[in-house]
Amino acid sequence: MSTTAAQKGGLGAAIWDYLTTVDHKKIAHLYLVAGGLFFLIGGLEAMLIRIQLMKPDNNFLAAGLYNEMITMHGTTMIFLAAMPLIFALMNAVVPLQIGARDVAFPFLNSLGFWLFLFGGLMLNVSWFTGGAPDAGWTNYAPLSTTSPGHGVDYYVMGLQISGAGTLIGGINFLVTIVNMRAPGMTYMRMPLFTWSTLVTSTLILFAFPALTVGLFLMMFDRMFGAAFFDVAKGGNVIIWEHLFWIFGHPEVYILILPLFGAFSDIFSTFSKKRLFGYSAMVFATVLIGFLGFMVWAHHMFTVGMGPIANSIFAVATMAIAVPTGIKIFNWLFTMWGGQIRMTSAMLWSVAFIPSFTIGGMTGVMLAAAAADFQYHDTYFVVGHFHYVIVGGVVFGIFAALHYWWPKMFGKVLNEKLGKLAFWPFFIGFHLTFFIQHFLGLMGMPRRYWVFLEGQGLEAGNMISTIGAFLMAIGSVIFLINVVYTAVKEKKADGDPWDGRTLEWTMASPPPHYNFVQTPLVRGLDPLWVEKTEGKEGMTPAEPLGDIHMPNASILPFTMSIGLFIAGFGFIYQTDDKTWLVASVIGMAITFGSMLTRSLKDDLGHHIHKEELEEDIKKGVGK
Amino acid sequence: MSHEDVLNPKHMPHDPEKATLEGKNKFLAFWFFLGGETVLFASLFGTYIALNSSTAGENTPEHLFGLELVFLMTMMLLTSSLTSVYAMYHMKNHDFRKMQTWLAITVLLGLAFLGCEIYEFLHYIHEYEFTFGSSAFASAFYTLVGFHGGHVLFGLSWIVTLMIRNQKRGLNLYNAPKFYIASLYWHFIDVVWVFIFTVVYLMGKVG
Amino acid sequence: MANSSHSKPTRQMEYEKKQHKEEMKQQVITFVLMILFTFVAFGMVIMEVNSYFVIPTLIILAIVQVAFQLYYFMHMKNKGHNMPALMMYGGAAVAGLTIITFSSIIWW
Repeated sequence: MSTTAAQKGGLGAAIWDYLTTVDHKKIAHLYLVAGGLFFLIGGLEAMLIRIQLMKPDNNFLAAGLYNEMITMHGTTMIFLAAMPLIFALMNAVVPLQIGARDVAFPFLNSLGFWLFLFGGLMLNVSWFTGGAPDAGWTNYAPLSTTSPGHGVDYYVMGLQISGAGTLIGGINFLVTIVNMRAPGMTYMRMPLFTWSTLVTSTLILFAFPALTVGLFLMMFDRMFGAAFFDVAKGGNVIIWEHLFWIFGHPEVYILILPLFGAFSDIFSTFSKKRLFGYSAMVFATVLIGFLGFMVWAHHMFTVGMGPIANSIFAVATMAIAVPTGIKIFNWLFTMWGGQIRMTSAMLWSVAFIPSFTIGGMTGVMLAAAAADFQYHDTYFVVGHFHYVIVGGVVFGIFAALHYWWPKMFGKVLNEKLGKLAFWPFFIGFHLTFFIQHFLGLMGMPRRYWVFLEGQGLEAGNMISTIGAFLMAIGSVIFLINVVYTAVKEKKADGDPWDGRTLEWTMASPPPHYNFVQTPLVRGLDPLWVEKTEGKEGMTPAEPLGDIHMPNASILPFTMSIGLFIAGFGFIYQTDDKTWLVASVIGMAITFGSMLTRSLKDDLGHHIHKEELEEDIKKGVGK
Repeated sequence: MSHEDVLNPKHMPHDPEKATLEGKNKFLAFWFFLGGETVLFASLFGTYIALNSSTAGENTPEHLFGLELVFLMTMMLLTSSLTSVYAMYHMKNHDFRKMQTWLAITVLLGLAFLGCEIYEFLHYIHEYEFTFGSSAFASAFYTLVGFHGGHVLFGLSWIVTLMIRNQKRGLNLYNAPKFYIASLYWHFIDVVWVFIFTVVYLMGKVG
Repeated sequence: MANSSHSKPTRQMEYEKKQHKEEMKQQVITFVLMILFTFVAFGMVIMEVNSYFVIPTLIILAIVQVAFQLYYFMHMKNKGHNMPALMMYGGAAVAGLTIITFSSIIWW
């Protein structure tokens, strides 16, 4: 799976290669593996939750452990599975789609990954050190500030570290897309996946600082005796809710928008048509991003903000249905009259449309503030957000992985197994979550570890659990497919899907400098433009010449590990002040690495024209 | 443009900070980062505004703050903003020595500011027993002003590191963007301070 | 460094220098205005001007001062600053919403 350089030196060299890599394609692999691992952990937690709720008054999980399970399931799935999997796709695809040889900040790109990974590890270490966080993924104060033990401290430190990584990643992609596009690649010629990455990165830039501040306040309250959420000293717990959702609502758009982009590319490719209403799609993406910042308080309708505030946020929330509707219709019109090929990627995409639309409809129901007093904190909400997150984000990730797998790993995922994985997952998904709407309407509250007999909730919960098992089976088949493809399938060529965009103009996987010569872009769907004129590949925009590439570095890894160590110091200094030594050592490692980075010039290296000519002879250019 | 050219420019272009692709990227990324920082400080200001009357029956802003020191600190930071403008002026005219001198003045003013802030905090703690956990107002005050102070400290370390690192070799296209964004950071610190002295101190005095 | 710049016409150099000087002059004027605003702000508070008047005035003075800082000291008025301006205004919009929220709907 990795490049030739790594294979020559054995396993140790390969590990070192990945630890120090600044190549966006390898960082994509790292994000995929780490995100996939956390997805499995989060999925396991989900299974345990569903087993506990399989029958009334169940004793499978103790109440406290159940609280830890729901908290970690939500936190893991959002921050440690969905986010990195999206970053994996962005890293693998965006530079290729815009005709760039690398991202704007390869070093920071790597730093972003390692920060995320160590933040995620930190969160999960808590399972082994006396209890995971147990105040829900939203971590509301005062439940969180009074939670005993160190669980919530791990939540605070883990998310703080991984959040910093995400912010860095977001800025990196913003600059990459603004500054590094190939000649001719104007904004209105960018593929939708690139567009949605641009908008998502903007949301990351403006949303994550609010979380950073919220986590700092929580950290100061729990570890350093501050009184932000201590009502006895004049504190105000609503501050946490606002900060969390000022971040948290844009976050759900951060999750879904990149997949909207991926779906757009997939629909267009497998319908053999250009995307219907391209500019309307771009406009809708930007509008969703914009409105996404004005709706956060719809999570807080029952807090008591008053009817005026509730009405404003209700109307703003409903308004988001308009651009989303534009998108749904444009996807349908893209398929209409196209030459549709039902590949696995297309199957996931087609399944996404009705699934996500159901989630969107319950979203509008929840947006009605007066009705929300009934829905709030019931399984109706659980059903709703799983419909948008699984039906949108997870379906999207599966679709995008099937679509771009050849570009990432050089082999097309087995189509038979791909479809075999889809059906149990798809059926299981609807079994699990559709019934939850009704459980909620029947009065089943979320986050309770048991429900009682004789209230009519037994059958619904049983069905839900069966569905969860089907989803697990689907996921396992996908994993089998990954292994099977790696072992059995033959190498894919550069353009296995008859693609339209720049990533399909080069070998699969691409050489580490991506483009031998920067391509000249002459329209939307640049490769398709060339194909319709009967040309083999892109017209180069520059003569063959030396290529400047960044140097690998271990410093991102050491910076992140420093913060990881410091995090433990901060958590345990509340018990024993000597732990502050760990904080000092950790910070010294981090700042020392930063200083090293600052003092040592890193000018990168050149790949010479002669080597490129060698590569072309071997057929790398295409 | 090869490395030789970057490190030994035959002549400096008009905007040395944006002459290379790396420079352009740094320039843009740093501005974007400042956009994010705006939200970060807005969250801290919001928290402060929400909590500045939650004094738990102890020290109120009106009772606590003295305007003399704040005025002095404001003047120092505003002036340091101008001196860093002078530094960038000399960078554009390719006068490395003068740039270093003006940066050194900026650093001295920044250090003086930081000293005043530390004195102020210690004063509140010792004279008024106004500590981090005294009240929600105290936590919000120390967090907001402390975050700004942390930014000052980081900015100073950054500028000093750049000055020492490039002392011998002078200005080139590799370090010009670094100097430029460090000065942007310094201006942003001043921007935040303008709101701090207005919202925290002056409006706190008005009550 | 100046004498090695034979590839750049001296006249061009002189023109650029003059431009820089012009800009520097504007920046000094900006600075004087900022100091003046600061004096006015502190003065109003020290002289205990009516608070209904003084608080809005203080906020306006702060915003103008920050605009000076951004547009003149940080060169946002120069060309090539479209994306920075876009992102700063984006940040300012979110910041504004946040501030309004925290001064209105958090249960006093």
